[in-house]
Amino acid sequence: MFVYMDYNATTPLREEVRLRMIEDLEVFANASSMHEAGRRARDGVEKARAQVAALIGARDPQSLIFTSGGSESNNTVFNTMYDLGRRPGGRKKIITTAIEHPCVMNAAKRLADEGFHVVFLGVDGQGRIGLEELERELDPSRSAGGATLLVSVMAANNEIGTVQDMKAIAASAKAAGALVHSDAVQAAGKVPIDVAAWGLDYLTLSCHKIYGPKGVGALYVRKGAPLEPLIRGGHQELGLRAGTYNNQGILGFGLAAELASRDLASFASRLLSLRERLKAGIAAAVPDVRFNGHPTKVLPNTLNVSFPGAEGEAILLSLDLEGIEVSTGSACASGSLEPSHVLMATGVGPELAHGSIRFSMGRGTTEAEVDYVLAQLPPIIKRLRRMSTVPSSACADA
Amino acid sequence: MSDTFQWLYSPIVKEHFTNPKNVFDPDEKFEGNAEGVVGNIKCGDQMMFMLKIQDDRIADVRWKTYGCASAIASTSMLSEVIKGMPIRDAYSIKPSDIAKRLGGLPENKIHCSVLGDKALRAAIDGYLDKNGRSGEFKGEDAVVICNCLNITDKDIEQAVKDGARNWEQLQAATKIGTVCGGCKPRAEELLHEFVHIYGD
Ligand SMILES: Cc1ncc(COP(=O)(O)O)c(C=O)c1O
Ligand code: FES
Repeated sequence: MFVYMDYNATTPLREEVRLRMIEDLEVFANASSMHEAGRRARDGVEKARAQVAALIGARDPQSLIFTSGGSESNNTVFNTMYDLGRRPGGRKKIITTAIEHPCVMNAAKRLADEGFHVVFLGVDGQGRIGLEELERELDPSRSAGGATLLVSVMAANNEIGTVQDMKAIAASAKAAGALVHSDAVQAAGKVPIDVAAWGLDYLTLSCHKIYGPKGVGALYVRKGAPLEPLIRGGHQELGLRAGTYNNQGILGFGLAAELASRDLASFASRLLSLRERLKAGIAAAVPDVRFNGHPTKVLPNTLNVSFPGAEGEAILLSLDLEGIEVSTGSACASGSLEPSHVLMATGVGPELAHGSIRFSMGRGTTEAEVDYVLAQLPPIIKRLRRMSTVPSSACADA
Repeated sequence: MSDTFQWLYSPIVKEHFTNPKNVFDPDEKFEGNAEGVVGNIKCGDQMMFMLKIQDDRIADVRWKTYGCASAIASTSMLSEVIKGMPIRDAYSIKPSDIAKRLGGLPENKIHCSVLGDKALRAAIDGYLDKNGRSGEFKGEDAVVICNCLNITDKDIEQAVKDGARNWEQLQAATKIGTVCGGCKPRAEELLHEFVHIYGD
């Protein structure tokens, strides 16, 4: 049996999306051209923009610009902050979190190198940031760095699936006059997103996590919120993102977004019950495990588990040999000596972080697949623990 | 060797990963007379070697590890290689000897496989200590790292064992790199490796 449980890394193309893209490969016109073929291509792009806008509750499709993916969208926001902060009298404090994706983390670190005051808010044991701590950081009389320029908090975490209270976070940020950004790459299609109700200035999306093609993403920019192009050139995207339109990718994104909106409720409830099945099955069959992240404020498809005493990469590869594809927070898998920064931020300690496995399920996941994993996993953990120098209970208490 | 995953699925490595040889089994009541443990789980790996030494030969061996697939495979191979070997020869086995037998090792996996031979040496050292022969094999395979000051890899290892954790502390302990400075890159690599092994 072959079981893909790494949907947070990427998702397969949906059949409908694949067909739509293949069909569109016949259209070679430049969507910026004024002639008939160009206008028709542009129509497709604009229709896709409306479809993506609908997924996130953006009333005006023009508030979305298409990019090459989540990394570019996030970098565009941070690059804009760089420009704003360097203006005379510009605010120079950025508040983000310790569990962001590397593309936010490293963009924020770069601003710190450039003299910005960057705060990486810690999270609790379940991966949630504290609103009180956020309020304190937003208050110049109670914290360092002056007034805040940007608050950037991911809507849902890719490793542990923890979902943040974006509405409350945005309200606090707004009250302090800060701009608010959320990386919603993992939230999209799995939990409802409403940029208007949440009160966001910027929101990041990536198409390949919602069963669309890779290399396409979007950035929502509230009307009136400042934005500096990261890529300068032609007039595409109102001059905010140059480059000839990637029609096929954008059309695929549009359809993937529309289908994700349509299926959201049924997808979420189905995945949540698969998640419960997997979780209960692991708890019953493997002694001494720790489930990471928040028990309820969590993506319906993501289950992150630590198996103290067994090393993550060894677990991953053992599962792989049985046809099960997952990911791990172990250092060994990343090629560095540091385990997952997300798990470390939740305070589980290096032992548990090294022994963590992320199961991320998706549209294709079935009960039979979950049961197959539940049959294969316990003997693997048992075998690795048996040859381990680390007693599992010692880790669990740490 | 470039691709980690290709390497992991080479038939030899796969065999040693899925069916590791000489793994310690608590039910087996293995009676060893030498034991060594190195590494720490904060860095993601730890290794234990247990030897049965007779007439200065390794009659039998068992090991355990908290480690990744590469660590498991290379230690399994190491344990096969040293069976029957004089402890003096086993003492000088290097990770590269084992890597060769496994058909090479990808760059980013080398640090995963350096614990086996260290644990083996720790076990032999312990055996020598117990028998009043402390340090008998030391210095035999030392490699000079700092030419200006004749400082070897063993000296760096000893400094780390004695508590050096960063470049400043290593310099304070050995004066390494204080003349031409040319040894610094290699010395820092070794420092990193030994801190990984002995650090806490
Ligand atoms: C939370 C999060 N943000 C950003 C990204 C990057 O998106 P992309 O791969 O489209 O650049 C990812 C994907 O790995 C992600 O999980
Ligand atoms: S080689 Fe070490 S100081 Fe010159």
